[in-house]
Amino acid sequence: MTQPAMSKPMPEITPGMRSYWEGLRLGELVLQTCSDCNAVRFPAAALCPKCHSVNNAWRRFDDGAILVSFATFHKAYWPGFAREVPYSVLQVRLDAGVQVFSNWFGQPPAEPTIGMRLRARYEALTEDVYLLKFEPAG
Amino acid sequence: MYRHRSSDEAVAVVGVGNTRYGLTPEYDAYDLASIALRQALDETQLSMSQIDGLIVNRVPDYQRFAEIVGVNPKYTLTTPGHGRFSGICIQTAVAVLQAGLATTVALVYGNNGKSAGQRYGGETDSYGSGGAGFWFPYGMTSPGAFHAMMMQSHMHRYGTRLEQLAEIPIAFRYHASLNPQAVMREVFDLDGYLQARYICEPLRLLDYCLINDGGVALILTTKDRAKDLPQKPVYVRSMAQRSQFIDSTFPPEDFWRTPMKEAARDTFSGLDVQQQDMDALMIYDNFSPTVLFSLEGFGYCAPGEGGAFIEGGRLRLGAQYPTNTSGGHLSESYMQGWALQIEAVRQIRGTCGPRQVPSARHVHYMAAAPVLTSIVYGDQP
Repeated sequence: MTQPAMSKPMPEITPGMRSYWEGLRLGELVLQTCSDCNAVRFPAAALCPKCHSVNNAWRRFDDGAILVSFATFHKAYWPGFAREVPYSVLQVRLDAGVQVFSNWFGQPPAEPTIGMRLRARYEALTEDVYLLKFEPAG
Repeated sequence: MYRHRSSDEAVAVVGVGNTRYGLTPEYDAYDLASIALRQALDETQLSMSQIDGLIVNRVPDYQRFAEIVGVNPKYTLTTPGHGRFSGICIQTAVAVLQAGLATTVALVYGNNGKSAGQRYGGETDSYGSGGAGFWFPYGMTSPGAFHAMMMQSHMHRYGTRLEQLAEIPIAFRYHASLNPQAVMREVFDLDGYLQARYICEPLRLLDYCLINDGGVALILTTKDRAKDLPQKPVYVRSMAQRSQFIDSTFPPEDFWRTPMKEAARDTFSGLDVQQQDMDALMIYDNFSPTVLFSLEGFGYCAPGEGGAFIEGGRLRLGAQYPTNTSGGHLSESYMQGWALQIEAVRQIRGTCGPRQVPSARHVHYMAAAPVLTSIVYGDQP
């Protein structure tokens, strides 16, 4: 996949994850769940990691979360991130039960604290592709 | 748990070799691994035709490597260039020898990453579960960031301070200053550490392992064959392996303590030596916090107390637990665990010169990652 030199890496929209990306575009958190034990998994996979069933469905979840950890990049690994350095990557646990990596939506909080409650925000990358980002919920 | 039931089944390291570490653009990975193997073989005074087991790590093509050195082993294995694999490879070599699948196993590693412009992050980043490219759009990449998040969590949960973490790179750089083979030998103090730039905060340049070229090789055989060879045999006394793959895309909440505790129990239960009897430690130091987590996880100190444990130079030569006496990945060279294995062997042989731990008899190698390994080397079978 070739990209303009100054752009950021684009998500790869795979068929198995289409429901998730469509959900983000609509401002919703839609995740794959096991039809047999209700465990949520992310990204999509053929088997449930808990009960190993192949039966699954996509469901919408409340999008609250907490901050598990974070790290701040002082180095740009892609030219597209150079203008944002220093920028933070967050480790987030969704109330839905899975973790994601993400960024702050808009201005980062002055003092991020591990364990703080977060609110999901849906940020347009292109007209069709949105990213899941977070801001302090307080 | 892997351990020989009687000393008759013991396996020993009988040859080690390494190339110069640093920038060697004149050599590719095959050259580096071949040269290291030549050196290891010279130590044994065996001929290449007596190598009947071959385990290759990181060298791109095991078949091409075997063709270059001219071996046709009865047992062949190639493994990916992940640091967790040096311990896995050695454990596999022990099992292969004990099963009688081979009599003399060569383990080889060649890395021309510095010359090849290797970067451990960005478009070619393959660290993490499935390469973790899924998270690139968020700017998430590199094992450094993963470990930075772990350190952030440790600081929050236990109050661990970066001034404590600094003890690790400071100690290892001091050790490297005594090691003519080390790439980085200029010592620094706490001020020097704190002045180093952040790469992925809270981790600094001096918390990150080096990127450099080099090759390492070991030759292992059974006890009965080892006794006839020129070098003092260094025995694999005990070994264990565990994993924690579930949710391993993300930094583990328990800092891998659960599997490390099990691996430590497997390593030390029924063994005549325990943690406090180790004369030196070789701890996989891709990043300095990994050393901290390993000390806690393998039972050298209580969970959360790693910062206090390492304060005051406890990991230095002359102190209670000399660690990474060669300078490790932070200062000697980044050989993905392999150089730590041969340093363990050389300490027990007594050939480390200015960085020798006096009368070293037992050395514990530990590597903490989603797959973790533990090996105790000793001077007796």
